[in-house]
Formats: sequence, structure tokens, C-alpha cells
Amino acid sequence: MTATTVQDSSLLPAGRALTREEAWFARRELNRRRLTAFMLVTPLLLFIGFAFFAPIATMLHRSVYSPTVAQLIPDTLAELQSWDGQGLPDRAVLTTMAVDLKRLASERTSGKLGEALNRGLPGTSSAVKSTARKLRRVEDTELGANGAALLLEANDRWATPELWRTVRATGQIYTERYFLTALDLERDAEGAVQVREAAQIYVQLYSKTMRIALIITILTLLLGYPLAYVLANSPSRIANLLMVMVLLPFWTSLLVRTTSWIALLQTNGVINSVLMGVGVTSEPLEMLFTEFATIIAMTHILLPFMVLPLYSVMKGIDPSYMRAALSLGSRPIPAFFRVYFPMTLPGLSAGALLVFIISVGYYITPALVGGTDGQMISNIIAFHMQQSNNWELAAALGSLLLALIIALYWIYDRLVGAGNIKLG
Amino acid sequence: MKLTNLLAGAAVLALMAAPALAQDLTAVSFGGAYGAAQKEHMIDPYMAETGAKVLFEDYSGGIAEIKAQVEAGNIQWDVVDIEVIDLERACSEGLLEVIPRDILPAGDDGVAAEDDFFPAALANECGVGVIFWSIIYAYSSETIGGEEPSTIGDFFDTAKFPGKRAMRKRPQVNLEWALIADGVAANEVYDVLSTDEGQARAFAKLDTIRDDLVWFDSWSQAPQLLNDGGAVMVQSANGRIFGAIKDDGRPFKMVWDNNVFDLDVWAIVKGTPNLDQALDFVKFATGTKPLSGMQDVAYGPTRRSGSALVDPAITEDLPTAHIDEGLKADGIFWADFGESLGEKFNEWLLK
Amino acid sequence: MSRFPDYFNIWHKTGVYALRLSAGSVLFFLMLPILVIIPLSFNSQPYFTFTEGMLSFDASAYSLRWYNAILENPNWILAIRNSFIIGFFATIVATTLGTVAAVGLASPDMPFKRVITALLLSPMIVPLIIIAAGMFFFYTRFNLVGTFPGLIIAHAALGVPFVIVTVTATLSGFDRSLYNAGLSLGANPLRVFKDVVLPLIRPGVISGGLFAFVTSFDEVVLVLFLAGPDQRTIPRQMFSGLREQINPTILAVATLLVFVSICLLVSLELLRRRSERLRGV
Repeated sequence: MTATTVQDSSLLPAGRALTREEAWFARRELNRRRLTAFMLVTPLLLFIGFAFFAPIATMLHRSVYSPTVAQLIPDTLAELQSWDGQGLPDRAVLTTMAVDLKRLASERTSGKLGEALNRGLPGTSSAVKSTARKLRRVEDTELGANGAALLLEANDRWATPELWRTVRATGQIYTERYFLTALDLERDAEGAVQVREAAQIYVQLYSKTMRIALIITILTLLLGYPLAYVLANSPSRIANLLMVMVLLPFWTSLLVRTTSWIALLQTNGVINSVLMGVGVTSEPLEMLFTEFATIIAMTHILLPFMVLPLYSVMKGIDPSYMRAALSLGSRPIPAFFRVYFPMTLPGLSAGALLVFIISVGYYITPALVGGTDGQMISNIIAFHMQQSNNWELAAALGSLLLALIIALYWIYDRLVGAGNIKLG
Repeated sequence: MKLTNLLAGAAVLALMAAPALAQDLTAVSFGGAYGAAQKEHMIDPYMAETGAKVLFEDYSGGIAEIKAQVEAGNIQWDVVDIEVIDLERACSEGLLEVIPRDILPAGDDGVAAEDDFFPAALANECGVGVIFWSIIYAYSSETIGGEEPSTIGDFFDTAKFPGKRAMRKRPQVNLEWALIADGVAANEVYDVLSTDEGQARAFAKLDTIRDDLVWFDSWSQAPQLLNDGGAVMVQSANGRIFGAIKDDGRPFKMVWDNNVFDLDVWAIVKGTPNLDQALDFVKFATGTKPLSGMQDVAYGPTRRSGSALVDPAITEDLPTAHIDEGLKADGIFWADFGESLGEKFNEWLLK
Repeated sequence: MSRFPDYFNIWHKTGVYALRLSAGSVLFFLMLPILVIIPLSFNSQPYFTFTEGMLSFDASAYSLRWYNAILENPNWILAIRNSFIIGFFATIVATTLGTVAAVGLASPDMPFKRVITALLLSPMIVPLIIIAAGMFFFYTRFNLVGTFPGLIIAHAALGVPFVIVTVTATLSGFDRSLYNAGLSLGANPLRVFKDVVLPLIRPGVISGGLFAFVTSFDEVVLVLFLAGPDQRTIPRQMFSGLREQINPTILAVATLLVFVSICLLVSLELLRRRSERLRGV
């Protein structure tokens, strides 16, 4: 903003200052133009706000918002308020729970409660559901008089304080529980954060995802660098032809390329037939549905994202620098690392960051060729969205992934500028 | 500019055609040979008779997708073919509509529906039985060589029969088989599996063949895995293997030892806007004749009047001939434990 | 490059050949999947691999049966139709909004330019699975899940960044004095935009539109989460085919899609040349 003002005043003859009126007009004109520019962008901002940012915000909200239990058993939760967290709650609480469970069973929502509690304390859903099933047939009067005993009789889990602590904890509408789970943490009986006692999988999965993304980045770099160099240093007719061979796969549908990798990698597939045909191996190799398949297919898919920025940087490097170094007697390898390589760093960092960012969040290819081994964090998010229906945990895992991506995107924007993405 | 106009015109025409689709009934089932049989004997005749349009979709089982639709209040499916092992849970969680019994038509021989259906086919108020079927494992006599496997124990014995085993990616049936292979009697399996120790024991048994396991998502992948060498033994629905043997002449053999037999039912997703039409379809598709068409893929009919129409040549291939050596899938057990064992199973997978 | 400078010794030359060889093998790696898929789609057997007959060029080993299978399967026909409908409308929305916004962004007077650009480009960077989950939660409230408008909006949001990038690139070579001249001759800004700016940046707009179309045409994650059975698209159909029941129909569709991408690449190249000519580069 200040830059514009300075620019404007520099148009004036030296030594003459703007009159107050002129300055006012200039400022008004500037404001008008800024407003016009902004008005042009506004429709898109509104659209993206609705279509894109609001959904992301909803996901973030969802990761801490879990009203299920509070909506299902409000009475029991109200009575639990006075419980000190030690030993069993009062008989009144147990009776209310029994009444609530009967109501849930007839409304066919006991499964929902079981599921919600199960997320706090694995193994609880069977206790809730089987109890609800039994209580459904009990008369209301009998339940009012004898509910606590019936509850304890139906399943001995109701006699554990741990279960009641879970009921109370899951009854909170806003909770950080799903973030703790996503980081393999949990709260112990006293409420202190500790490492989760059940399986610890998510942190490991995040680091595995980062490792796979890093391997892919390095592979695309090793494969892409010499290719980009040759492309940038060939006569333009040859270079154009070769460029088509980079751009065609780039423009080919992702699913087409993934399909093709399935055909290539499967047990009786093309690669195994060739390997067995030339006698490299007698047994077909297990390649499809492994981490190897994920890495090789994703390297193929992301390679153009590395080649294109490298190529455009290399294209701008004057070959006479290298020629000078070589003709002055420098040996090629040191000459390359001292003279050429540093000049390609901008393209290299742009390509590497882009490949890394894209591969960290990849879903389709690992889902189709990765088997159980080659799954990444996106796949487990999809799993919790579509298979286990644990949408809160999916949202928490997604929020952490988003934070990682934003950090990387910020670095990319600082280093390269978001607007400079190469599309071929 | 002309091209744009042309495109716009085409798109507008296409969109005008679209609203007609909105009233369609969407039926969802398991695809493959079974789906083809249902299309031939249930979907196509229904469309021909009523003039209604039915979108017939594939899914790979389980209740997750139905649950997502009901919880989000966004019903995409109307009628679903669902395994009884999942039915109890889906029904008790309020994901399915109750199907009134009095709408079901009498058998072709005039016997009232209540008496014509086998009791198991109407055991749950949310479903009407479509087939009797069974989960078995199969091998190819081409790849197995030498001695042939005959028991569930052999499936878990990688020393005697080396090679990959394929199972459907879910805890159901796999945990039952693991316990049986570990020496638990078939009639005690579900009692043992409801204890923490029993569950640990089942997972420990699965651990012994962990490195040799291949997982698939959908039954139609089972014969493919056997065919393309992805596994030497595959868990499968009996009809899929029957189809591969009969139609494609594959040298596959089935092992019926401790087969887990079950039913499939037609069920209606809770809150569908097309409830009346969905009921109408279920009525049609559970008539004697459509049901008896399921014998194409070696699945038994769920009506007594349908049994009369079964080709005697295939009786031996129907699950009903192997009930003595089998185990009945327990829907109630899985309604209670599906959630927690599902979670344990997935954590075990990721370990 | 075939003639080497005098100071090149044998090692230099070997190095150059090694470099070209490695570049050649990388290109082979890039093209291999596309080259393999085309002949496989003419397999007369229901397998995903080359049969002996195919390798000995036995004519009977090749057939068009999988192409016929596409035409005979109503699900594929529906998918192809849906892909074009959704792609077309998503492209219109993304290109219109994106082009107007790019003109604003290219103005030197645009406030908060850097932040707004970064925000508008972010749909390109945020993992699709996150977008899909968020849209599923949010669009449900407006009954947009399982509808055409829902998918069109979702795909348009994904296409916007591509339009912005290409149009801004074209505008960077645009001489703003033409715009100002138009204004000073008394035309209103809309007229100037229509008669002066748009003809000059049209190649950029069209290639941005092509990018947006391809983005929608190729997209499957959002479709998996947001589409109902009525809205299945080509990639969705391929995805479920690959997961559940692999058969060579998918290869035939894939081959057709390869030809679509070739056409696309050619049009983009023509547009690029035209744009360079217009800008006098």
C-alpha cells in the first residue's frame, strides 16, 4: 500500500508537495481502485468460503464436538453430576440408567450409546447392547423399583467405576478426547494425560506417512533431475517431443495410471511375466498390495510435479557457466556441485515441497494398490469416515493432517510463492 | 463460441432428462455372479412387470454405509441385501425399516407366507430371507499339489500347506474359524468369543498365519484371487466358487468343514423416501419363483415352495446339504460384539 | 549436443551418454503404464495380463469385446454422461468466477493480495480426503449430498485455483495501459473487460477452463463421499471396479481416457502458442 503511494508521488516534479486537496483526490482514487479490484475478487471469495472453507471449518468443529451421549441419556448424566468418581454411583443413578436403557432399546438407539461409550472404553458396546436387550422386556414399575439390581445383574461391567467414569466423560459435549486418541494418548482415572494403553497406532501411522512421502520425494528427485537436465539442454525440437512424454502421463487420469500399475504389478502381471520369462526369478514376486506398490505408483504419478519446476529453472541457466568451468579444467562432478547445482536449488525446493505436500495427503493410489501394508494417514481417515463411522476421530486425525499441510504450504509460499505453481 | 453453445445445449438436454431418474428405486447387493442372478430373476422381471426403474448397485457388505446415510439423514439406498450376521445389529440400531409380515405373498402352491418361509428367513422383523448360503474355503487343485486340505485346521496350517490365504477383511467368521482351528468345539465358539481371554486366543491364532494372509473387501474378489494366484486358499461365499467351477470350468474345490452358514435378506433403509415402492419390490422379489432362481449360484431358497423347484442335480452343492458339518452364524452375538471386535480387529490389522 | 567441445575427454563423453541413458529410462518409466494399458484393452480373455496368443500376434487373441461391454452396461453409460454434466457446469462456475477474480488479483491496487491468493489457491493443496470429509459434514446440512448441484459446487471449488494460476499468468503479460485507454475513451469497466481484456486473455481463460474440466473429470475422492447412485462418474465407476471386480472393461475405458488426454494436451499446446503469439513473445 505504501509502495503505491510512494510510486504515485514520485511522478510529481521534484520538490513539489501535493496540496491537501490533491492528496485527498489521490487517496480517494486509490481507494476506489482498490475497492474495484476487491469487488472483482469478492464473488469468488464468497463462493470458496461456502464451498470450501465452511466445510473445513465444520470438520475442525466436529473434531471436538460430540453431543451423542448428552442427547441420549440426559437424565443419567444429570444424576451423575453429584458422583465423586470413586466406587459405584448411587442406586438412583443406576436406576435412571436402567430406565434410560429401556427407552433407548425401544427407540432402537441403544446401539448408538454403545458405540459412543465403546470409543471411551473399548469393550463397552456389548455390555450396553446386551443389557438394553434384556431390559426391553421388563415392566416399567418393576424397573422403577428394582432398576439398579436388574442393571447389575444384566452385565457385571456396570459394577466397575471405570465404566461410569467413561459415561461421565463421554457425556461432555465438547471434548479433546478425539485429539488425544489421534495422538495415541488418553486420560487415566485421575484425569492426567498418559500414553494410550490399548493399541498405539496413529502416531506410528503419521510417521510412516511422512517416511513414505519422503522416500517418494527423494525418488522423484533422483529420477527427475537428470531428465529435467537433458530436457533443458536438448535442441528445442527434441526437447518438445520429450516434453510430450512427460506431459502425457501428467494429463492422463490418475485412475488410468493406477489401473495400469495394477496390471503391471499383480502376481500374474506383466512385470512378473517378464521377470520369469527372462529367468530373473522362478517364483512370481509379491508386489501388488504392498508398500512397494504404493511407493512406485505414487513416484510415477508425482514425477512430473518435480520435473516441471526443475526444467523451468534449468532452462534459464546459461550453459556457458558449466562450459567455462569445464574448459578451465575443473572436473565435471565438482564443477556440477559448485556451479550448476546451486543454481537449480529454487526449482528443486519447489518441486520437492510440492511432491511432499501432495504425497502426505494421498488417498486413492494407496487405497487401490497398497494392501494393508501401504496404507497412509488419509486411508485411515477414510476408514473412520466410511467403515467404523467414527466421524469425530476422523475429523481429529484430519485436523492434525491439515495442520501439517498448512505448515508446509506456508513454507512453500515463503520460498516459492503460492502463485508460481507450474502446470506444464 | 459455437462449440460452447453446443455444449451448453447438450448439457441442458441432459439435465432435463435427469429429474426422471430421481424417482428411481435403488437396490443394493453384492455383485458378481450373485448380483447377476438377482438381476436376472428379481430386478429385471420387476422392472418388466411394473415399468419402474431400479438402479442396481454393488456394495461389499457391512452396515457402515447404511449407518452413514441414516446418521447424516441422507438416504441414497432404498433396498439392501444384507447378511443376517449384520442384520440384527443394523435392525437394533434403528437403521432399517420394519417389514410387516402380512404383505408377503403366499407361495406358488398357495401356502400362506408365514408357513411357507422357513422360520429363520423371517426371524428378524427388519428382513425377509432371500437365500441360504454358506462361508467355506476353497483351493485350486492346480496349485495345491500333493495332499489336499480338508479341515479348518488345514487353513491355519502353513507348514503343511504353504502359501497365501485370503480372507474377507472383517472379524466376522475369521475369529470363529481361528477358535475352531485352535481346538474350540463349534457349539462353544460364541461363548468363548464373548470373553476377553477367548478374543485374545482368537487373535493369537490369527497371528500365527498373519504373514500369509491376504485381505479382500468383497466376495467377488475371492474367486479372482484363487484364479490369478494371489492366494492358494480363499475364504468365500459358496456360490462364488460354484460359479467359477460351473461357468468358467476352473479346477476349484470347496471345503465344507465348519462352514459358517447364514442367510441373506432384503431389508429397507430407515427413512427412505421411496418406502412404498421398496416394500412393493421386496414383496415381488421374495415370491417363490424369483427366490428359486438363486439356485443358479448354488444358494438355497428360503421358502418351502421354492425347494420344490430346485434342480436335483445341484442339491449336493447347496449349503443345506452341509448343515451338519457347519456352524450357524450368530447375528445376536455380532450385534453385541460387532463394534468392539471390529475395533480390535482393525487395531490388530494395523499393528 | 552430438558434437562435443574439444576439451571433452572420454569421461566427459561417457558422462553425457550415461545422463542421456538415464533420462531415457526415466521417460520409459513414465510412458510404460500408458503403453501397456492400450494393447491389454484389446485382450479377448478376461484377464489383466498379456496372453500367449497376444504375444505371438494371433489375431484371435485380440478383440473389441471390452469396448462393447462399455456400451452394453447402463452403469458405464450413466457414468460417462454424469462425468460430462458435472465437469461442464463445474468448469463454467470455476472459469467465470476465477477469471473475474484473477483480473482483480492482477491489479496493482489489490489489497491483501498475497494472503488472498494463497487462500484461493489452497483447494489445490489441502488433501482431498480432508475436503471430502468436511464437505460431507457441511453439505449434508443443505441437502447437497447425493445431488448434482452439490458435486458441481465441490468440483468448481477444486477447479478455481487452476483458473486463477493460468489467467494470472496470461494477465502478467497484459499491458494495463490498454485497459486504462479503454476507460479514458469513455467505456465502462465491464465493456472494457469484454471488448479489450477478454479477447487478449482468452487463451489463458480457455486453458484454465480445460484444467478445471480435467480436475472435475478425473476427481474421485469427493465423488466417493458426496455422490449418490444417480451421480456416479467414470472415475467412481473405475474405482469400484478396481476394488471389487477387476475386469478388462476398465482397461478399455482407460484407453479411451488416454485418447481424451492426448486431445487435451494438443489443445493446450495450441492455446499456448496462440497466447504467445498474441502477447508477441
